[in-house]
Order: sequence, then C-alpha cells, then structure tokens
Amino acid sequence: MAGGFRAPVKARRREQEAGLKRANFGDGPGLPTLLLLPQLLILLFFFFIPSLRALMQSVLLSDPFGTNVQFVWFDNFKMLFASSEYRQSIAVTFWFTVAQNVLTLGSALVLAFATDRIVRGRSIYRTIILLPYAIAPAIAGILWAFLFNPAVGPLAQVLHGFGIAWDPNLNPTDALILVTLAASWKHICYDYIFLVVGLLAVPVSLMEAAAVDGAGPIRRFVSIALPMLGPTIFFLTVMNFIYGFFETFAIIDAVTKGGPAGATNILVYKVFVDGFVNLDLGSSAAQSVLLMSFALICTLLQFRYFDRKVNYGV
Amino acid sequence: MVERSPVLSMICHAILIAGALTVCIPLYFAFVAGSLTVAEVQKVPLPWLPGSQFFDNLQLAWSKGNFSRTFTNSIVVALGITAGKIAVSLLSAFAITYFRFRYRMLAFWLIFVSLMLPIEVRIVPTFEAVANAALPLQWLVDTLHLADLWGWISGHDIAIALEWNMVNTYPGLILPLIASATATFLFRQFFLTVPDELCEAARLDGASPLHFFWSILLPLSVPNMVALAIILFLFGWNQYLWPLLFTTDKDMATAVIALKGLIPRSDSEPAWNIAMSGALLTMLPPALVVLLLQRWFIKGLIDSSK
Repeated sequence: MAGGFRAPVKARRREQEAGLKRANFGDGPGLPTLLLLPQLLILLFFFFIPSLRALMQSVLLSDPFGTNVQFVWFDNFKMLFASSEYRQSIAVTFWFTVAQNVLTLGSALVLAFATDRIVRGRSIYRTIILLPYAIAPAIAGILWAFLFNPAVGPLAQVLHGFGIAWDPNLNPTDALILVTLAASWKHICYDYIFLVVGLLAVPVSLMEAAAVDGAGPIRRFVSIALPMLGPTIFFLTVMNFIYGFFETFAIIDAVTKGGPAGATNILVYKVFVDGFVNLDLGSSAAQSVLLMSFALICTLLQFRYFDRKVNYGV
Repeated sequence: MVERSPVLSMICHAILIAGALTVCIPLYFAFVAGSLTVAEVQKVPLPWLPGSQFFDNLQLAWSKGNFSRTFTNSIVVALGITAGKIAVSLLSAFAITYFRFRYRMLAFWLIFVSLMLPIEVRIVPTFEAVANAALPLQWLVDTLHLADLWGWISGHDIAIALEWNMVNTYPGLILPLIASATATFLFRQFFLTVPDELCEAARLDGASPLHFFWSILLPLSVPNMVALAIILFLFGWNQYLWPLLFTTDKDMATAVIALKGLIPRSDSEPAWNIAMSGALLTMLPPALVVLLLQRWFIKGLIDSSK
C-alpha cells in the first residue's frame, strides 16, 4: 500500500476516472459494496421497484380489486389523451405553473435587486422574506384560504367592499388565483436567496466600469447582472416547475381539493385522486409515467446547468 | 455600492418593506384570528386587532389536534429522515469517490437517476411497496413458479404468501423519503474538494479506509452535515402527501396532517380561530430553526441544490 502512489503514467491516468479521487483506496470490491448497500437497498425498494411497477401497470388494465388484469399496450395513454378531464388538467397545470413561475421569479428579482442596493437593515429584511421557507405548503395554503375565505376572510371582505364577488369555492378563476398566490408566497424566498447570493458574485469592478461609462443602476442590473445571473435564473425556472408540478400537492389538497369543477385539478393531484379515490390503477400509473418523464427532462436540464455553471464560472 | 443615490435607496427600502409585509400579513391575520372567540371570528368585518383568547385557543388547538402525540410523531419522522439520509448518503458518497471498483459508474448512475424524481410522481406503486415490502419477493416467487416447483418435487401443494406491512409505522413514514440522491450528490461534491494529501498521509500512516472516514473525512464534513440537517429537518417536518396516505391510524399522524383536521369544512362550525392557532403551533418548530440558524440554513439551501 504505502509508496504505491507513484504509479506509472498509464495507470495514473486510469485512476483519474470521472469523480474518483486521485488518492483512493484501490480496487477491493468488498468494502465499497458494503458502504453502498444501504442506499442501493432503499432505492431498490422505494424507487426502482415502484417505478418499474408504474411502468408495468401503465400498460395493464385491471378492475379496482385487481382480480382481472389485461395487457392493453398503450390504451391507458390513449384514453388519457382522449379524456377532456386530463386535457383540462394539463391546461390547469400549465397556467398554474407558468403564473406561479412568473410571479415568483419576478418578485424575487425585484426584491433581490433592492436588497443588493441597500446597506442598512439588509439582514432584517432577509430574515423576514426567508420565513415562508419554514412553513409547510399545506399551512401556507390554509393561511391564504383563511385570508380569502368568502365568509370570514379579511382580504375577501376587502374585495367584497370593492364590489368584487370573490368566491373561490364557486368561481374557478378565483380558486386558481388563490392557489397560485399561496404557492408563490411560499416559494418566493427560495428564488430570492439564490438571486441575492448570485448578485454578490457579480464583480464590483464591472459595475464600476459601467457606472463610469454612464450606465445607471437599473441599466447595470439589466445589462450586466441579469446576464451573469442567467444560469441561476435558468436553474430557478426549472426548480419552480418542479415545485409547481409536485410540491404544491399539499396546497391543492388543503385548499380546493382540485375544485371547483376541476379548476385546480393539477396533474399530480389527479394521479392521487385516480389512484386512491377512483382506484383506476392503470390510468394513474400511466399518469405517473408521464410525470416521471417530465421530471427526468428537468433533471437533464439541470445537468446542463451544472455544465454551464462550470464553463462560465458564475 | 457603486454610487450614492438616496432616492433609489428609498425606493429599494419601500420595495423590501412591501415584500416583508406580504410575508407578514397572512401570519398577522393568523395571529389575530387565533386570538378571537368563535363568535368574533365570524364577524363581518373581521376585527383587525387581536382579541384576548390567544392562549385559550392555543390550549384548545393543542388538545383538539392531539398535538402532544402528533408533535412527537413529527419530531421522530423529521429526525429519522435527517439522520437516515445523512448516514446513508455519507457512506455511499465515500464509496463512489474513494474506491475504484468494477461497478463504480453503474452504482453512480443508479443513485443519480433518482436525483430529481419526487415521491409524488410514483405514489401508488410506492404505496404498494410500503403496504407490502415483500411484494418484490412474492413477485419473484410467482414468476419462477416456486410453489409449483415445490409441489412437483415434494408432492404437496403449497401457496407461498409473503407480507411485510409498513403502514402506520415509523419506517414506513421515513424510509421512502430517504430514497433520493440529493444528499449523496452534496457529499460527493464536497469529498471531491478534500485535498488528496490527507488521504495519502492517512494511508502512509497505515490507516484503514474506515479509520480515514471516521477520523478525517467525517470531522471535515460537519459544516455540510449541519447545513444539510437543517434542510432535511424542514423537509421532514413539512411532509404532507406521504403521511396523509400512510397514517390511517390517528395516533400515527404527523402535526401537519392533524392540523388539516382542524380546518373548518362547509358543514362544520367555522372554528377558524382554533385552526389558525393550530397553524401557528405547527409552523413554530421549523420557523424557529430558520430564524435561529439562519446562516446555516442558507448554506444548506444553496449547497443542497448544487
């Protein structure tokens, strides 16, 4: 073992495989297998087997009791895209995530810009704005459901005062606005902190040079800071989509339960309802498979972000 | 700060105050509603100043939400997820960065495929996996026709039925949420930055791999572990979908699920004061973590998504 570091050039090159330390513990397969075992076992039971079963179920048709199972090729997927309910769910998810993304990223950019410009009170503002991260999505939903509750909510009463017939229990648009607000309120802090940290990395010398050339603070933000934040913004957009697609389940379930008339029935909520309430396992599995493909695309996009981050050093 | 611009500074302060107010308004009204009586909370317009029932409502919410039990469950689940995920990830990250073995890249990809697939996308099959963790073995038994084989060999007909139900247990709540690669990725990135000389020196001194891991790598990883622990604790405490499916027994519910039972539905008494007190109670532990450990929390947030 000792003294074995000056290996021939060829062997040393082989040692520098991707993500392997140059100084490593060599070849023995026993110990690393043992070290990997807990993670691989957990992944096998709770990730790979469930994912495989979802893939299998998505091409099977079974009755709710699982007694009669048939292989139906892609019928489950065809039926999904033929159902107006699923198409509505796609549209709802699309508008919900896009609105949430714009609202979240927009507010976070403005707040991060403001934070970067001031000196006094910075940490106090930051502490308060970060607070929603601690609050469970379900609780964020409940807080907003109360604020805009048509009977008792203080903000709903303000809206009624202006003559707006606000009622998220009956009006689909109101319901969608309500869950979008709650989801964005909960998530602005995430985008915000990444942008604040990202802005700290913008070189002061660049800003000073631009100022000497006569660019004002807003012009500098738009023309220098924003492009340098590009990879971060890209990363945050993908993360916002992941959040909007999957983590907002709790908000929907606690506030609207997908209603009224399917107006907030986002895709992940529909997987849950079809799988656990309607017991339509084939359809639910097919929806799971589609969502997994979407998440995989997001993962690949994120890896692209890692590359760009390394290349441009932001 | 490149130049001084008092007007812009004022505008920036105004923007930040507006942001802070947006964060605080829902919390303030939760506090106001939580301090009113049931009759007061139904008044139109709702009083904008707190009433006198704050502590009585807290007490009522605590007993109605079975919080002495459900808080314990939440703490066990959150700490279990935190400790479990960190332990499992440290070991596997150590294995794939510090050892050269045949299936290293395969193990790497098996782990990282799970990086961003949240449990929400595969709830039904994961539920089945946890409701009967022996299912894959059963599947193997069935596909290989082991029962028939045995019947053929021994002349006795048997049925092989395996079951291992984890519904309403702590492992059932904890293990599926450990199954993702984020933490492994974080520790891998960190290990790659640890100077090679440390490992070389340890090997020269005759330290075994585990000794090196325990006495050198682990102490170096403490800051990363703390930062990650905070994020994982928040993640665990705020779980919703999984505990919702998995706790048919009320005594196994987590605090967030118990809180859901306090929200008034259209057919019940609109006791929003109790619901809001419960909401404040349930968000208190994670809020304290974020407020008191803010520097670590931000580090964890940024690190865990790199």
